[in-house]
Amino acid sequence: MSILINKDTRLVVQGITGRDGGFHASKMKAYGTNVVGGTSPGKGGEMVQGIPVFNTVRDAVKETGANASVIFVPAAFAKDAMMEAADAGIRLIVCITEGVPTLDVVEAYSYIRRKGASLIGPNCPGLISPGKSLVGIMPSMIFREGGTGVISRSGTLTYEVVYNLTAKGMGQSTAVGVGGDPVVGLYYNELLEMFENDPGTDSIALIGEIGGDAEERAAAYIREHVTKPVAVFIAGQQAPPGKQMGHAGAIISSGTGTAAEKIAAFEAAGVPVADEPSQLPALLKQRGHL
Amino acid sequence: MKIHEYQAKEIFANYGIPVDKSIVCRSVEDAVKAYEQLDSQKVIVKAQVHTGGRGKAGGVKLAGDEIELRRHAAAILGMDIRGFIVDRILVGQAVNIDREYYVSYVVDRSTKSAILMLSREGGMDIEEVARTMPEKIHKFAIDPSVGVPDYLAREAAFKLFDEIGLVRQAATIFQKLYSLFVENDASLAEINPLVLTKEGAIVAIDAKMTFDDNALYRHPKIALLNEPTEEEKKEQSAKSKGFSYVHLGGDIGCMVNGAGLAMATMDMIKLYGGNPANFLDIGGSSNPTKVIEAMKLLLGDRNVKVVLINIFGGITRCDDVASGLLEAFKQIKTGIPIVIRLTGTNEKEGRALLRGTHFHVAETMGDATRRAVELAKQYQD
Repeated sequence: MSILINKDTRLVVQGITGRDGGFHASKMKAYGTNVVGGTSPGKGGEMVQGIPVFNTVRDAVKETGANASVIFVPAAFAKDAMMEAADAGIRLIVCITEGVPTLDVVEAYSYIRRKGASLIGPNCPGLISPGKSLVGIMPSMIFREGGTGVISRSGTLTYEVVYNLTAKGMGQSTAVGVGGDPVVGLYYNELLEMFENDPGTDSIALIGEIGGDAEERAAAYIREHVTKPVAVFIAGQQAPPGKQMGHAGAIISSGTGTAAEKIAAFEAAGVPVADEPSQLPALLKQRGHL
Repeated sequence: MKIHEYQAKEIFANYGIPVDKSIVCRSVEDAVKAYEQLDSQKVIVKAQVHTGGRGKAGGVKLAGDEIELRRHAAAILGMDIRGFIVDRILVGQAVNIDREYYVSYVVDRSTKSAILMLSREGGMDIEEVARTMPEKIHKFAIDPSVGVPDYLAREAAFKLFDEIGLVRQAATIFQKLYSLFVENDASLAEINPLVLTKEGAIVAIDAKMTFDDNALYRHPKIALLNEPTEEEKKEQSAKSKGFSYVHLGGDIGCMVNGAGLAMATMDMIKLYGGNPANFLDIGGSSNPTKVIEAMKLLLGDRNVKVVLINIFGGITRCDDVASGLLEAFKQIKTGIPIVIRLTGTNEKEGRALLRGTHFHVAETMGDATRRAVELAKQYQD
């Protein structure tokens, strides 16, 4: 089992005629994702990597029954693309685009919610349910089917963790990169709930970083609602205050959002915190007596 | 991106938010001229710097006559406030303050919306209020599809004022401040304090705004107000090449692909007893030109004694990354030891390519970090 995406996911790629859109559409298709179409206004009727291109998401949904979308359009057009997908009836919208203005995300998120759809990202690597579906830009070869759910604010750090999990024989049910911006869609608590309810998930690795207080809220949520073993790694202990560490959301402001506060919150909730990413598999095994 | 108080007040005034009458000055003579123009016995002189705490640092003073004004202007101009040298002061009419309030709009991560924050405890550090008396801060999440309707602005204003005339005045200010916030893609628009004068008027006597860097492309006039520090200039020049760079001051330079992994790398260096020189995320791919540019940036820091390159090869395979590094280092002449850690797709092939070269090749993040820390210590001895 898995969360959010599986064999029934029918994916449309928004911005498929762009360089990144085309490249990753073919990667996703090669992995076995059911990529049913792409969009690019004015290029409807063309084919990219054997995938039909439509002018609008609504056309793509009507013709192909698409239920998920992944967005590769430039930052200035991302808000519009997210809203178009929601309006066309897409249920899961994954926005890979980096550098989207925060208030654009605020507006798109509110619209998507009203349409009853879910958003992942922006500025995220997407998600993968190994052996079933890949939606995004994650390097599929490092993943294996298994029972560990992975939630992360980062890209390559997630791969680092997954790589260590796979090497220790711990495959993944679903791995989700929620995105590195201050405002993004689905976050720790919603995903923790999904993993807790997913019979195919037996443990959860959570990878956080400095900025905001979502980790603190996740710690409280885990204490109250999560019975499966969870282990955590937090990046940014050495980050100086007031500096953005690559991700727009990774910033310690007015002394809050520090790694130390987040680590303390997890420890207080009885959730083990790894000193280095390679320790996560052992921490999960200890907790779960797997 | 930050702007100065006087620049924020100009934007406030354009939106019809009442501000105190003030003039920005670059010299004592300017200040004296401003004093004549303001036609007010008492004036306030404020340092214009991109940092808080200027009051505590002595950067805000009242002057009751020209002699006092000259003395304060001369003292504040050239002052060092938390590393910022004051080159401009704002001279403004002193206001007869009856009460002080706090008002701001800020983007809230948890509600994923703009929120209006208010408090009757104005004039003090709002973080301090949040810590000690959180019940005195009122928050209203704003639905972006409706903005701030009259009823909501009134409801908020009643948190600060009891008299309906003042509530109406304040409500209008809250609505204007919201327009200003969203129309300019601000990440913060703050009035602290918003004051009620003894004459019964509501006036913003301070103004603070920061802007979303990702949205500056659609606000060219605001982008022009950018005044980066020397360090920020270095960071911005790195950004224009597709990097994220933050100087940290240690002796182990890091080059990493991905922000999260880059943060984890600098944490590991510290964990193993070393000191990271920087945070450097060179982005998803690692082509030779990028590596060359990144090395230039690292070697430009004279404290750097060792370079640690930590690359996770995902979509870009490790053997391609290794060839790229070899290619890049044909063009870089340096005696500084370089530790490379490559993991991911085709890692064995990648490492094989690097073996027998002058690089120190490591398999895990732990090994690589330990090696870099040892090398940095040897250099010190």
